[in-house]
Amino acid sequence: MTTGAIAFLERYQSLIGRLPGDSALRAAAAAAFRTAGLPGGTQQRRIEAWKYTSLRPVAETAFKPDAAPRHEAETILTGLPLLDAPRLVFVDGAFRPDLSVMPTAGFARFAEQPDFGTLSWPDREPMVALNTMLAEDGAALHVPAGYDAGVVQLISIAASDADFHPRHVIRLGKGSQLTLVEVSAGQGTYLLNTVAEFHIADGAHLTHIRLQDEAASAFHISTTYADVEAGATYDSFTLNLGAQLSRTEVHAQLTGAGAIAHLNAAQLLAGSQHADFTSVVGHTAPGCTSRQTVKNVLAGRSRGVFQGRIEVARDAQKTDGYQMNQALLLSPYAEVDSKPELEIFADDVKCSHGATVGELDAEQMFYLRSRGIPDAEARSILVRAFLAEALDAVADDTIRFRLEAAVERWWERQKA
Amino acid sequence: MAAVTETLDTVQSVTQSGYKWGFETTIEMDFAPKGLNEDIIRLISARKEEPEWMLEWRLKAYAAWLKMDEPHWARVDHPPIDYQDLHYYAAPKKKAGPKSLDEVDPELLKMYEKLGIPLKERALLAGVDPDSVENTQVAVDAVFDSVSVATTFQATLRKAGVIFCPISEAVREYPDLVKQYLGTVVPVADNFFAALNSAVFTDGSFCYIPKGVRCPMELSTYFRINARNTGQFERTLIIAEAGSHVSYLEGCTAPQRDENQLHAAVVELVAMDDAQIKYSTVQNWYPGDANGTGGIYNFVTKRGACRGARSKISWTQVETGSAITWKYPSCVLLGEDSVGEFYSVAVTNNHQQADTGTKMIHIGKGSRSTIISKGISAGKSNNTYRGLVKMLPSASNARNFTQCDSLLIGDQCGAHTVPYIESRNPTAKVEHEATTSKIADDQLFYCRQRGLSEEDAVGLIVNGFCKDVLKELPMEFAVEAQKLLAVSLEGSVG
Amino acid sequence: MLDIRGLAASINDKPILKGIDLTVPEGEVHAIMGPNGSGKSTLGYVLSGREDYEVTAGTVTFNDVDLLGMAPEDRAAAGVFLAFQAPIELPGVNNANFLRTALNAIRRAHGESELDAVQFLKLARAETKRLAMPDDMLKRNVNVGFSGGEKKRNEVLQMAILRPKLAILDETDSGLDIDALKIVADGVNALRGPKFSALVITHHQRLLDHLVPNRVHVLAGGRIVRTGGPELAKELEKSGYAGLIAEAA
Repeated sequence: MTTGAIAFLERYQSLIGRLPGDSALRAAAAAAFRTAGLPGGTQQRRIEAWKYTSLRPVAETAFKPDAAPRHEAETILTGLPLLDAPRLVFVDGAFRPDLSVMPTAGFARFAEQPDFGTLSWPDREPMVALNTMLAEDGAALHVPAGYDAGVVQLISIAASDADFHPRHVIRLGKGSQLTLVEVSAGQGTYLLNTVAEFHIADGAHLTHIRLQDEAASAFHISTTYADVEAGATYDSFTLNLGAQLSRTEVHAQLTGAGAIAHLNAAQLLAGSQHADFTSVVGHTAPGCTSRQTVKNVLAGRSRGVFQGRIEVARDAQKTDGYQMNQALLLSPYAEVDSKPELEIFADDVKCSHGATVGELDAEQMFYLRSRGIPDAEARSILVRAFLAEALDAVADDTIRFRLEAAVERWWERQKA
Repeated sequence: MAAVTETLDTVQSVTQSGYKWGFETTIEMDFAPKGLNEDIIRLISARKEEPEWMLEWRLKAYAAWLKMDEPHWARVDHPPIDYQDLHYYAAPKKKAGPKSLDEVDPELLKMYEKLGIPLKERALLAGVDPDSVENTQVAVDAVFDSVSVATTFQATLRKAGVIFCPISEAVREYPDLVKQYLGTVVPVADNFFAALNSAVFTDGSFCYIPKGVRCPMELSTYFRINARNTGQFERTLIIAEAGSHVSYLEGCTAPQRDENQLHAAVVELVAMDDAQIKYSTVQNWYPGDANGTGGIYNFVTKRGACRGARSKISWTQVETGSAITWKYPSCVLLGEDSVGEFYSVAVTNNHQQADTGTKMIHIGKGSRSTIISKGISAGKSNNTYRGLVKMLPSASNARNFTQCDSLLIGDQCGAHTVPYIESRNPTAKVEHEATTSKIADDQLFYCRQRGLSEEDAVGLIVNGFCKDVLKELPMEFAVEAQKLLAVSLEGSVG
Repeated sequence: MLDIRGLAASINDKPILKGIDLTVPEGEVHAIMGPNGSGKSTLGYVLSGREDYEVTAGTVTFNDVDLLGMAPEDRAAAGVFLAFQAPIELPGVNNANFLRTALNAIRRAHGESELDAVQFLKLARAETKRLAMPDDMLKRNVNVGFSGGEKKRNEVLQMAILRPKLAILDETDSGLDIDALKIVADGVNALRGPKFSALVITHHQRLLDHLVPNRVHVLAGGRIVRTGGPELAKELEKSGYAGLIAEAA
């Protein structure tokens, strides 16, 4: 066991009795975390699910949960590309009603009405175990059947060098709709370890957009579980720009006939950033569709990881699953690791995946330059074009413009 | 083509149904006692009349193996293997080493006949003048359990400067070559099964093609596991010197058994500048019965090193047999502009489990690799493609193209694709595509409307699905492989 | 002789054929015409034994054997050939190999000796030549990458080689230019004789100019609403189906 893992367990010990919610669940999670430790935190055991990402830097960081904030949360919040819509703001893991704008959908704080949900696997996922053990706050949202809740922003701001373990549960009633825009940012060296679960009932539609723009020295771990029922849609897009190390893990289970999941993502990395997008799409009901395009743009000494598995159960006939992973290496020191996986137990299915890895197309580069466009600009045009394909998956123009603006800021940062 | 069909018919007439190669030869065997320890290794080494350095090499491997754990990452499931409950040495009893075919036990020759070794090869084995069939020569190094019993065409090959002999003989006759290359592609402690093989390998083939020589014939080896409870641990080493070419065929069958038999071979290939090695395998070892009882456990390490510039190693495999297949013929592409290829058909039916694929490790500038994998699952079987494509920082302008297609027949089987793509060079390009499908109802109906039975229709469509791989096989194997596909899928439809 | 009595069939519980009575004597060519969705293609599929169609009533006998109880390949062996409206692609399956396998399966069923590759190629080349098709048609994969016209001609080639007793041509003329149309018609005409009969499903009179039928039947709403001589096709070309259907209803 590493020092980091021990510190988390000791903190849990000291908080027993003061943490909200089911203490037996927390104890079980603590036992699981004690056994598993932080993935890659020690050399002894290799976990296939964490083949390309080691949390050793997390294990080696001393987080200070009780230290006073070193940064101004309000300033960080003002700098975010916010939409004119309800927002739930969490600062250093705690809900801040004063900064929030209440949604019309039913809202409850985890700190007041703890809800661990039913989809997560603390026994299988060490970071979910850690979250379950230490979660103190989070959002529970309930969209009633048939209701369109519009856009709700879920904002995480980190202002101190601590670790936060928010726990969100979002339930969409039959035929309801919600667009959830999740933005996370901060300053300092902190760990954000979120667990969120989405229950999407028959015919409901959840659009989930994420912008991860954490501080350059931060750690961002996010585990999402989605249960998509008959005729329902989980349409997600994740843009990862920040953090020294991030892991975005999504488990989407298509449990009702005709359910649809879109798990799209783009990661732009530079310096020594490491970003891991890992997804598992489980087709357990017949006639479901999943689509996934994940793009990595890797500069500097960065490392981009994609692991994606499509699982098709025996009964999930007429499954239509597609997955594409593309990586653009912009530097001789960047690295990409890609593991697209198919696990198929039904015969009447249409499943495919593709992966490409390489640099910018030399002919396209030449074409642009032959038209008088300088090298650097030509590169940036082509990289933007590469990303545009991924961003096109975001149907809402207002939201897509915000994401494009965030990408532009990322480019500016690289120039600086 | 006709000859092959004829031999297949012969084979089929020998046995009534089910596994057509499930007979047992009654030849007196010479066994070592069950179990594995240093004494057994010393005994193997002594029986082989090996020099001291070889024994030490084995003991080093054994010491490494003792510290290793059986790997469990593959998608295969089997009861624990008791490594102390196996014979590690079994050889047909013989008066002296057979020097010519006349001395070969007629029982053995009869067995090769049953095995369906193509007629012309048997004719050659039977003593037909090789010069009269110059263009269709195949040199056969037949491995019967652990001992290579007959090596033909030594003379013709020797004239060309090619060495093709049992590896046990090579250890004695060409120790410098063996010492120089053995274990340099697959190190003794590379993995659990390779370490085990290094400690106890009993025979296999050795092949050396000198500079600039194009091997005058296809080299062929038939492996066969016959004796009860014997592990089979062949070791093959092929060295192609600069500018040389060789095509090597490997075919395997084993008799029907209730116990599972362990097979852990190691194949090492070395290709120098401009050398080309084509290694083709048709593996139809006993897959176990319809209930999943019996069958071979096939844990094989095959790896080629493209050491020279523009060297090329091509693996082609048609895998229809074994209860469990654990096999990843790989290429380490060191040489500039070197080429690695992997063409694979893996068929699983009933309760078979296959976890097979390749590794292409790109180190040299401009190295290229192609992977074409066709997996067919039927019955209650599981078929996994597992492959790694790795571009190291030095592999500028390297290329890989991978195509993995899976076909499912019936709704009780599984087809899985697990590619690993790792790149650390921006100028390297990797493309990977994978699909999963089933035989469309309208394709089946179309064939049946034209008069084909359902099984023939499936056979035809499956062969079409595999065509990109089958066309890579030498003619000797292609026809046999096509028939094997159909035989392997018998009873999987309807 | 093909004898269809009260044939009703449905797909996914949706009735398509609602009682067909039709007799095609040996040596005759009958045309089936009718508007889209009238059940023409279904009739072809049911006669050749496609499994997703359920026969709910009626009988079909061909030369006194019950066709409905037979597997598709047994019907093929009995001499039933369906030229598909949309011929199926078989990736990786060589056209020559496919045809030889089919021909030998049918020959085996008749107790005839199989043709070896050389004998077969001789026969197949003669047929391709006769039908003015390029030789490479045999080398290509079955229907893969074929143009619409090539696919149709490939069906005719298969028919010429397999020499059926009953050919069902399902809109084999659609999408063909006039030269190709003639090739199709000539292909069928060449087989015409006392032991050969055909059901020609078509939308257009055009084909029937070259392939003159003995009888013409109009299928509408799953039933045969009118039967006549070759002149009926010409009449339909002028007046359309609408009047006929109204008349029948």
